[in-house]
Amino acid sequence: MKRDNATSKQTFLKLMQLIGKYKILLVFSIILAGVTVVLTQFTPILFGDAIDGIIAAGNVNFGLVYDYLFKILIMVLATALMTWGMNMINNRLAYKVVQDVRSRAIRQIQVLPLSVLDSSETGDIVGRVIADVDQLSDGLLLGFTQLFTGVVTIAVTLIFMFSRSWLISLLVILLTPLSFFVAKFISQKSFHMFQKQMSTRGAQTALIEEMVGHEKVVKAFAYEQRASERFDAVNKELQKYSQKAIFFSSLTNPSTRFVNSIIYAVVAMVGSFLILDGHLTVGGLSIMLAYANQYMKPFNDISSVVTELQNALVCAARVFSLIEEEPEVAEQPAVLPDSDGAVSIENVSFSYVPEKKLIENFSLDVKPGMSVAIVGPTGCGKTTFINLLMRFYDVTGGVIKIDGVPIKDVTRHSLRANFGMVLQETWLKHGTIRENIAYGCPNATEEQIISAAKEAHSWEFIRRMPKGLDTVVNDDSLSAGQKQLLCITRVMLAIPPMLILDEATSNIDTRTEVLIQSAFDKLMNGRTSFIVAHRLSTIRNADLILVMKDGHIIEQGNHNELMKQGGFYNNLYNSQFVHA
Amino acid sequence: MNNLWKYLKGYEKEAVCAPLFKLLEALMDLIVPLIVASMIDVGIARGDRGYIAARMAMLFGLAAVGLAFSITAQWFSAKASVGFGTKLRQALFDHVQSLSYRELDTIGTDTMITRLTSDINQVQTGLNMGLRLLLRSPFVVLGSCVFAFMIDVKSALVFAVAIPLLGIVIFGIMLVSIPLFRKVQTALDGLLSVTRENLTGARVIRAFRREQDSVAEFDKKNDNLTKLNLFVGRVSALMNPVSYAMINIATIILIYVGAVRVNIGALEQGQVVALYNYMAQMIVELIKLASLIITINKSLACADRVAGVFEMTPSIANGTSEVDVNSDVPVVAFDDVTFTYAGASAPSLEHVSFQALKGQTIGIIGGTGSGKSTLVNLIPRFYDAAEGSIKVYGSDIQSVDLNSLLSMTGVVPQKAQLFAGTIRDNMKWGKEDATDAEIWEALETAQAKEVVEGKDGQLDFRLEQNGKNLSGGQKQRLTIARALIKKPQILILDDSSSALDFATDAKLRVALHNLSWKLTVFVVSQRAASVMYADDILVLDDGKIVGHGTHDELMESNEIYQEIYYSQFPREEEA
Repeated sequence: MKRDNATSKQTFLKLMQLIGKYKILLVFSIILAGVTVVLTQFTPILFGDAIDGIIAAGNVNFGLVYDYLFKILIMVLATALMTWGMNMINNRLAYKVVQDVRSRAIRQIQVLPLSVLDSSETGDIVGRVIADVDQLSDGLLLGFTQLFTGVVTIAVTLIFMFSRSWLISLLVILLTPLSFFVAKFISQKSFHMFQKQMSTRGAQTALIEEMVGHEKVVKAFAYEQRASERFDAVNKELQKYSQKAIFFSSLTNPSTRFVNSIIYAVVAMVGSFLILDGHLTVGGLSIMLAYANQYMKPFNDISSVVTELQNALVCAARVFSLIEEEPEVAEQPAVLPDSDGAVSIENVSFSYVPEKKLIENFSLDVKPGMSVAIVGPTGCGKTTFINLLMRFYDVTGGVIKIDGVPIKDVTRHSLRANFGMVLQETWLKHGTIRENIAYGCPNATEEQIISAAKEAHSWEFIRRMPKGLDTVVNDDSLSAGQKQLLCITRVMLAIPPMLILDEATSNIDTRTEVLIQSAFDKLMNGRTSFIVAHRLSTIRNADLILVMKDGHIIEQGNHNELMKQGGFYNNLYNSQFVHA
Repeated sequence: MNNLWKYLKGYEKEAVCAPLFKLLEALMDLIVPLIVASMIDVGIARGDRGYIAARMAMLFGLAAVGLAFSITAQWFSAKASVGFGTKLRQALFDHVQSLSYRELDTIGTDTMITRLTSDINQVQTGLNMGLRLLLRSPFVVLGSCVFAFMIDVKSALVFAVAIPLLGIVIFGIMLVSIPLFRKVQTALDGLLSVTRENLTGARVIRAFRREQDSVAEFDKKNDNLTKLNLFVGRVSALMNPVSYAMINIATIILIYVGAVRVNIGALEQGQVVALYNYMAQMIVELIKLASLIITINKSLACADRVAGVFEMTPSIANGTSEVDVNSDVPVVAFDDVTFTYAGASAPSLEHVSFQALKGQTIGIIGGTGSGKSTLVNLIPRFYDAAEGSIKVYGSDIQSVDLNSLLSMTGVVPQKAQLFAGTIRDNMKWGKEDATDAEIWEALETAQAKEVVEGKDGQLDFRLEQNGKNLSGGQKQRLTIARALIKKPQILILDDSSSALDFATDAKLRVALHNLSWKLTVFVVSQRAASVMYADDILVLDDGKIVGHGTHDELMESNEIYQEIYYSQFPREEEA
């Protein structure tokens, strides 16, 4: 995901396309926002006029007062109703857009090339789908309405104020920016303190993560007292900076309030003088005072909305770069039938990054039913080969054929249906053990599941789980070995035409491994299988052992042949069983 | 929250002064409408410009005094809340240090880190807000009401009715929506974990062709979240319009009553303006109060979670007796020990009995989950066994002082964990006042000398967090040295030679044997090669000792040991 730096304008246009079907809602929202703002701002004027009808004892124009109060009542009810309508529309707009974007994102994730997923941080993509999408809807959709409301409020307030007294209006307009400057001044001053607070807090969090994260080691070495002292030092420092940061930043409110009070006082005096000169009524003064009090609010709102809008645009750009990322290359509609297991690899080359060739001129002919083991040092291309077979990655040169059909010419689903796969990195879905075992064939019966579990030697621990097969598990509720056993059970149940075992037993103790090995041998009997293994004892019976190094096959043959050659394999094998 | 108040100790003065000064500031605000009223009723009525100007000066004065009060309040509040947060954080950190393995297993690391960081920060923010505003807002609301009563009792009755009604509506809506918001959060978390699952499991999902099902599951959760959001939205969408309507209707009634009262001469026009202003002020504060309560509510939830950690008490009680390491009894003796982890349905160790003599090496072998690590974790009392007894040098470990027990036991954990800092800092974990000579000695025994010699600055070489800038084998050797530096009587190697090659493993074994003092070693491993030279090997299977003896004895008589051995050394290799 590289194209994060789309311009704001492009992002905004894309967003407009996205909300396409909800455009009517947006239009309604804006209209309602405008009307309610005008009505809300008009209410103080009517109250002022009503107060003007209350002059002195025996001198109250009840007709006038009633008239205004009735008008206010109608307007208030209308405003309330419209505000409610607007809120409902905004909710619908925001949540529906969020739902749409997320549902596009999850579909996108299923078709993104694995090269993209492998090179991105999981947390980053999750952040885009969850937090960024929320920010997009809050910031852009509602921010847009708020921005509009703020501007209308300022315009309407100005018009109403000037209609009553231009002198006071001028005063308010000239004086109010003062509070802006005060707020800005304070935030600049406190910024420095906040930065210090942040870096100290970072240091403290690092210490917490280290000590509490490895509390058992701390306890094993009776390091508690020393840990506490180290914590105390950084905690005291944090106290110093936090106190200052919080104090300075909390000065903003009182200071701006002070400026507002001064403006209020000036308006009260000037207004009173104007009344004496006959240019203003008492009701008019109460209107001006009310406006003076709330004139600043839309400005503050707008300035916070603008920051949020900028923020939201960044998030939106991140979301768009995810859902617009190039998907996997389109596939051919042909379906690969259940294979006999003849795999031929012709002159294949592959590289993750163009400048660094990983696999070059790789050729191999696998007859149906053959078991092929791949060994070699870390990074030699073993797992890459599996990636190519399953079409997680596509070859950059050459061709892979199954039963004579190039795998590029069939659907990915039909290709993958031919393979059962157990990987070193065990992944379980959050769900019951039953769901996880039956992941490859959801319609399996209880008996089939249990017999597969027995076969894979996972039944022992499943049986002892609190709810047996119905125990809910997730990625970290089982030990690595148990997870691997479940992954093996998953494949035992599916019984695919071909088998891929990529370090499938790396987390299982050797004794259990021997038992599972016999189950695998039974499963692999007559099936083509590819085995990547670290422990060489598990592959000795393979029909063909490929020794890979730096993307090339350097030796091939069966165990005995390779041992006789006395080459790389022989060394590797013996080094595992050296008696010290 | 109740038992957290004690961390405010030492800041009582600040905690009282902060709200007090806030109230004084609010009082200034409350006087303002009265002065404006007198401007209108006295100044304008008499045409006295001097009077009006003097009143304005009073307003300036009130503003200035209010500012001073407010700044004072903020200072006290910042000091009290940060002071409280600091003490609480330290106390919680120290408390976590005091917990034993059983509690640590129960809470989980991530939770504890969250409690110590964001939860305490939220509590601190809540306290800060609370000190400043929790009293102020109700004070302004009630104050407005009181001042209104001072102006005119009959008109003020409108306030007396409006305030509780508004309160009920605002808090009623909040009460309904807060638990709903929590539900929304849970639904969002669910969506988040499905997204994560789809990313981490991309290969498996594709291999098993379950993309469509994954999308369908996501869609269901997504739709559910949207429905929930819309439902909550429907409730909270009422808040603004309803309170707006109520406030204005109250104002309409106020103006109406005011008109009647002015007409009979009980009230003046300026006073009606003052009443109107009080109504406006009160409304602003009620709305502030509502959002304040949300924040405080959040903080209280965090405070509860923090308090929950404090409620956990260490399950291991310290003993007092010292052990005599020169006595001629078994160094470690297990007698019919059974141990079950908290929350587990079956015991992890059952009826385990054995003895380890001074200078012996005890090998412990078995498959994953057979209870090997659990067994050695009981020796330094990381956990207490529920049944049976464990004796060290003849004393029951439950009666032995924990520090002396730890100082005679060196532990090398399964995962080689090192910390940010120099190699010297890391070595001193084992012995605080270790000299460089002692450190080098331990490094040499642990076959780590050349590792350190190969680094810039040697003992001053800085390790990154988790020792990331070292290889697995290097880390392993350093952790062995760390355990040896205090010259322990007992050394526990918990599967810790797995990252060492066979040759280094052998050299280590020789070095441990040739130490100047007689060390009793426990070697936990899955590899037969690591334990086959031990004086006594315990074979564990499913929590039980299924055999013990020397390698040769076990090869003769023990089927499980043979299976383990032959799984690693294929039969024909032996020939």
